[in-house]
Amino acid sequence: MNLTLSDEQRALQETAADFLAAHTNARKEVDVDAELWSRIVELGWAAVQVPEELDGLGLGPVELVLLMEEMGRRLARTPFLANVVLAQTALLQAGSAEAQQGALAALAYGERTATLILGPGLDAAPASLTVKARRDGEGWVLAGEAAQVLDDGLLTHAYVAARIEEAPGVALFELAVDAAGLSRTPLEVWDLTRPQACWRFDEVRLTADARVDDPTRVLAGLARTRVLAALQVAAEQVGGAAQCLQLAVDYTKERVQFGKPVATFQAVKHRVAEMMVRMETARSTVRGVAARVAQGAQGNGLDDAALAAEVAAARVQATEAYRYCAQEAIQLHGGVGFTWEYDPQMHFKRAQWASQWCGATSGWREALAAHLLDAA
Amino acid sequence: MNEQEFRQEVADWMATHLAGRFACLKHRGGPGDEEAFPALRKEWEQELAAGGWVGLGWPREHGGRDLPLALQLAFHEEYVRAGGPGRIGHIGETLMAPTLIALGTPEQQRRFLPGIREGREYWAQGYSEPGAGSDLAAITTRCWQDEDGRWRLQGQKVWTSLAHESEWIFVVARSTPGSVGREGLSFLLVPLDQPGIEIHPIRQMTGEAEFNSVFFDGAATEADCIVGKPGEGWKVAMALLGFERGVSTLGQQMHFIHELQLVIDVARANGAARDPAIRQRIADAWVGLQGLRYNGLRMLEEDTSSTKVRPEALIYKYAWSNWHRELGQLAMDVIGVAGDVRSDDDAVRRLQQVFFFSRADTIYAGTNEIQLNIIAERGLGMPRG
Repeated sequence: MNLTLSDEQRALQETAADFLAAHTNARKEVDVDAELWSRIVELGWAAVQVPEELDGLGLGPVELVLLMEEMGRRLARTPFLANVVLAQTALLQAGSAEAQQGALAALAYGERTATLILGPGLDAAPASLTVKARRDGEGWVLAGEAAQVLDDGLLTHAYVAARIEEAPGVALFELAVDAAGLSRTPLEVWDLTRPQACWRFDEVRLTADARVDDPTRVLAGLARTRVLAALQVAAEQVGGAAQCLQLAVDYTKERVQFGKPVATFQAVKHRVAEMMVRMETARSTVRGVAARVAQGAQGNGLDDAALAAEVAAARVQATEAYRYCAQEAIQLHGGVGFTWEYDPQMHFKRAQWASQWCGATSGWREALAAHLLDAA
Repeated sequence: MNEQEFRQEVADWMATHLAGRFACLKHRGGPGDEEAFPALRKEWEQELAAGGWVGLGWPREHGGRDLPLALQLAFHEEYVRAGGPGRIGHIGETLMAPTLIALGTPEQQRRFLPGIREGREYWAQGYSEPGAGSDLAAITTRCWQDEDGRWRLQGQKVWTSLAHESEWIFVVARSTPGSVGREGLSFLLVPLDQPGIEIHPIRQMTGEAEFNSVFFDGAATEADCIVGKPGEGWKVAMALLGFERGVSTLGQQMHFIHELQLVIDVARANGAARDPAIRQRIADAWVGLQGLRYNGLRMLEEDTSSTKVRPEALIYKYAWSNWHRELGQLAMDVIGVAGDVRSDDDAVRRLQQVFFFSRADTIYAGTNEIQLNIIAERGLGMPRG
C-alpha cells in the first residue's frame, strides 16, 4: 500500500493551506462567515467527493482529509463539515438514486447548503434518533426535537434521519429550513467556531418526495456515514493538533525566561516533542486509513466491520492527540495560555467538542474490543 | 513482479522450509529472545540464503536482487506472518552490508558481502561504550597503526548484541590521540576470534545474556579493514545508523501483531477478556499498532518533493518502544498472578519476556530522552541549550 500523495493532492493541500491562512479568522466577532463559505464553494472544495457522473470532481476521502486537516488548523467557520462531510455523505451512502441526482450537485456548488440530523452528537443508532416520522396520506409528518444540530445560520436545507412510527424503521427526509412548523434556536456553545441550534419539529408536513433514502440501505448507510464522518473529524483534529504544536513551538522560541528562550530548556523540548509524536502518529493513521478507504472504494473490499475498526484507530489517535496538544499548548504558553487573547483556548474548546461528536473514544474502543475479543 | 504473486511465493517457501527440524524456530529469536537456538538459527540463515531471501534490496552487482521497496516490505510481512524467527544475521545484512556497498572499497565488498549474504559470517556492532551511550562523540576506545600498517585497538565496547555468536565486529574508535568529539574517529572491521579480544556476557534482568562487553587489549586487524579514511569514522557511523530504519521496521510490526494476538488469546482463555478496563486497553494496543503501521508506511512513501527531515521517521523509534513497553505491561495484567512464575507455556513465556525485555526498548538505540531531544531539535527546530 502506497501512501505517497499525488502531485494533484499535494497541490490541493498547498492551495488549501495558503488560502485558509489568508482568509480565515476564527476570532471574528460574527456568527457566520458567508463570504468565506462562498469562496470555498468557488474553489470547488464542496465538490470533491461528488462522483463525476453527478457533476462532481470524483475525488475521495484522501482529498477530503487534506482539506479537513487545513480547516482544522485554522478553525475555519464554515458549513463544510455539515454540508459536505455529513449531508453529502449521507446522500451518497443512504440516498436513493433520484435524490442523489438532484441534490448532490446543488450541495456541491452552493445552490443549497445543508446539515444532517442524526441522534445527539451524530449518533446513527435508530434508538437514539429523536425525530419521529408518521405517514400522512401520501406524505409525512415530522415531530420531535433535535437538541443539538450543527447549524451556523447559513443553511438552506437539512437531511433528517427520523424513526418511522407505524412500521419500525428509519427514513431520511429532506426539508428546507423555512418549512412550516420548524423552529431553530441557537445555543450558547463553548466552542464558538462550531455553532449549534436546537431544532423543534412541530408537526412539520412533508410531501412524499421529501423522503430521500434508499430503504434497502438506509440503516447501514447512515451507520457508514457516521464512521466516514468520524474519519474526517479525525483529520480536522489532526490539523488542530498540528496548529497547537506550531503555536507552542513559536511561543517558546520567543518567550525569554532566566535569560534564555524557554525553548532551550529540555523540559520544554520534551513536551513539544511528545506533542509531535502524538500528532504525527495520528496524522499517519488518518491519512493511511483514508487511503485504505479510497482503495476500498475501488472494489478492494473493506467491509463495515473492517472499516469501523480502521476508523476507530484514527478516531482514538486523533482525539487523544488533539486533546493532549491543546492542553500542552496552554501549559507551554504559561499565564497567557489561560487568556482569551491567545489561540490555545480556542483549540482546547474545539478539541473537547470533537472528542464527543461522532462518539466518545471509550465507545470506539469497546466496539473494537468486541471485534477483537468476542468473535467466535 | 506482481506483489500478490510475490507474497504467495514467500508464503509457500516459508511453509515448506520453516518445517521439520526448523519448526521449533517459529516466532522465536529477536530482541529479548536471542538466546533461543543460536546454532539452528544460523543454519536457518543459510537456508534463507539458499532460497534467495537475503539481500533483497542490495544491488545486483553485489549479489542482491535489487527488489523495489514494496516487495522488500512484502517479504518482511510474509516472513513474520509465517512465524519466521528473529534474524541472527540482521546486523550484517541490514547495517554492515549497506554501509560497505555505499562506502566500502571494492576489495572490502568482495571480501565481506558474500559471507553476509550466504549466512557464513555474522557481525556485531561496536558503538556503545560504558561512558558513551548515545553520545558517540565521547568514545574513548583507541586505535592506532603499527609499522606494518595493521590497526590495533585498546578499550571496551558494551551492549554488543550477539558478539559471542559473531565472527566480526565493526568498531568506532579514536585514531587521533587527543582529539575530542566527532573528530579523529575511525571505523574499523575487526575479527572477534583473536587473543586481544575478550567477550563477557552481560546478564540482563530477564536472566538471559544476549548483550556483551567486548574488551580490546591490543587486538589487531588488517590495514585495509578501515571503512572511509582515518578520522572520518563519525561520518561512516552516522551513515550506518541511517540504514537502521527501513523496511525491517515493518517486519518488526508483524512480530508485534503476533504478540498482541498472544495477549488476546490469553485474555480469552482466562476470562480477562470480560474485564472492561482490559478490553479498553487491548483495543488501545490495537489502535497503537495501527498508528505504528501507518506511520511506517508513510515513512517509506516516496516523496521526492521534500528535502525536510521526515517527521514520521524521527518519531518512529520513540513511538514503537513505548507501545511495546505498554504491551508488556498489558500482557502481565492479562496473565495475572500466574505471571509471577516462569511459565512453561510458550505463549505466556514469550509475553513474560516481552514484559521484562521491553524495559530495554526505551533505552537502546537512543533512550527516550535522547529521542525527544532529537525530535525537538531536528523535527521542530528547537534551539540547543
